[in-house]
Amino acid sequence: MAGIAIDKLVKRYGATQVVHGIDLTIEDGEFVVFVGPSGCGKSTTLRMIAGLEDINDGTISIGGQVVNRLEPKERNIAMVFQNYAIYPHMSVAENIAFGLYTSGLDKAAKRKRVEEVGEVLGLTPLLERRPSALSGGQRQRVAIGRAMVRDPAVFLFDEPLSNLDAQLRAQMRLEIKRLHQRLGTTIVFVTHDQVEAMTLADRIVVMRDGHILQVGAPMELYEKPADVFTARFIGSPTMNVVPAKATAEAGRSSLQLGEAPLAWSTALPADVLVGVRPQELRVLEQGESADLVLSGTVVVVEPLGPETFVHVEAEGGLLLASASAKHPPVVGSAVRLGASASGLRLFDAKSERAL
Amino acid sequence: MTGSSLMQRFAPGRVIVWLLLLAGGLLMLTPLLFMFSTSLKDSADIYDLRLIPAAPTLDNYKTVLSDGRFLRWFWNSLAIATIVTLSNVFFDSLVGYTLAKFQFRGRYLVFLAILSTLMIPTEMLVIPWYVMAKNFGWLDSYWGIMFPGMMTAFGTFLMKQFFETVPNDFLEAARVDGLNEFAIFWRIALPLVTPALSALAIFTFLSNWTAFIWPLIVTTSKELYTLPVGLASFAVESQIQWELIMTGAALATIPTLAVFLLLQRYIVRGVVLAGLKG
Repeated sequence: MAGIAIDKLVKRYGATQVVHGIDLTIEDGEFVVFVGPSGCGKSTTLRMIAGLEDINDGTISIGGQVVNRLEPKERNIAMVFQNYAIYPHMSVAENIAFGLYTSGLDKAAKRKRVEEVGEVLGLTPLLERRPSALSGGQRQRVAIGRAMVRDPAVFLFDEPLSNLDAQLRAQMRLEIKRLHQRLGTTIVFVTHDQVEAMTLADRIVVMRDGHILQVGAPMELYEKPADVFTARFIGSPTMNVVPAKATAEAGRSSLQLGEAPLAWSTALPADVLVGVRPQELRVLEQGESADLVLSGTVVVVEPLGPETFVHVEAEGGLLLASASAKHPPVVGSAVRLGASASGLRLFDAKSERAL
Repeated sequence: MTGSSLMQRFAPGRVIVWLLLLAGGLLMLTPLLFMFSTSLKDSADIYDLRLIPAAPTLDNYKTVLSDGRFLRWFWNSLAIATIVTLSNVFFDSLVGYTLAKFQFRGRYLVFLAILSTLMIPTEMLVIPWYVMAKNFGWLDSYWGIMFPGMMTAFGTFLMKQFFETVPNDFLEAARVDGLNEFAIFWRIALPLVTPALSALAIFTFLSNWTAFIWPLIVTTSKELYTLPVGLASFAVESQIQWELIMTGAALATIPTLAVFLLLQRYIVRGVVLAGLKG
């Protein structure tokens, strides 16, 4: 096992720079998830860790050793690809054994390792099958098996669940999480799905346009997003962000939003963005009050079973709020939405950084 | 069978198509049938144009097979076609793979240069090949017959196109698994393009088995003749023995038929994949 240190890492394709000098330290045994939209540089960074992309500047160290010039096979890593990359002309057992290509083990020892891994991943009855006879989830397990069999220092996962349906994805998430708990190996996992990031990670790295925006534990990012992008990217449904004016006086401010000005204990810039998660913004009962109250008209009602979300046309645009699952408002009705001050996240309107 | 499906089966359009196909099939089959028929006739009966010989005999086969020259030419053709096929399968794939999967300066230029040779007809190349063979001392040798076909632009192009369809993830996974670049080509990429390889192998073998012009030009010793050249030499001898020529030709079709019967699945697939016509 080993930790990873990334120092001022730069990647360029011709004149275009796609990773802009990022720094990150991943502890030994940690499960770190890189998350961000397409083109943010997360997969490129992972591929640089794997040795599949050249590094233009900066260094990557694995287990204390700088690996910039090492071939992938010399880095003691294993990688699981988005499209599984299990060889169609080999059986499941041969695919898993391929991970031991450079191990120097004899045939019997390899077979034993393959059977052990097959057992752990529930692949024992499938060992002699060809990949074409497997389901998507089984193929993904074979790919994980091929990575596992080598007992590498670091596992790298490049969007491994994106080709699976929602149910299977949830199941594989659980399996990967349990695998990490069992093996304790360092894992770097790339995804654009924030649910995967939240459920799997010890720490999440949010990337955008080749920069790291924020690194932290899932709940830390959820509770204290460093900027509007992270606030909207982490958490489901997406956080509502509403522009507002503020007036500051003697280290305190007054936020001009909703039915009544909202007193704020710190000095705020004149233009702010107010973030409130749909779970924190509730449809108020008649006569009920809250720190922030906005009025609007219900446009769409989305019952989800235990809770119901309503889209409300209100001051600041279309807002998503939670409503009583038993007595949701009807489309077209006028509603009042309320949130407590503690549920609000404020951002500078210019820099979009958290205040 | 219901009335409507019968009607569908014998619709005028379909009947016309069948008749046309039948006529085309007969047109191609007739010379072959006459070849086999003549090979079973006595020399006195060869101008009797009945398809089924009056007195069929295997004497021609005995004569041809006991003639050392025929067997020699047969083996020459077999060896040359096999070696050239193996060489093409290996080198065309290797170059095609390199052009498809590696980024290097001049890659596109190399590919264009290879493609441009496809524009030159074989007849135009015969003279430079001959000059080359003469200068290197390859005239009248096996290597002289084989060298122009050891690697082909078409095969390289075909394989490059197929390797481009192999996802890079497979190759990168193998790189992470510790394979060197040749092992990745040999153990991962090559097995993934088996249909294209089969098509290339079949067409290379068949075209070399039937090659005539270049082996005729480059060889002078009769023991180096390939089967088509040898059979043609029968025809220019003082007394043309058509029954023996037809017997030789009938025997020469055996490997072709064997290749077809064994690999017809691949041939059809190969034709579809490569966009070739026979």
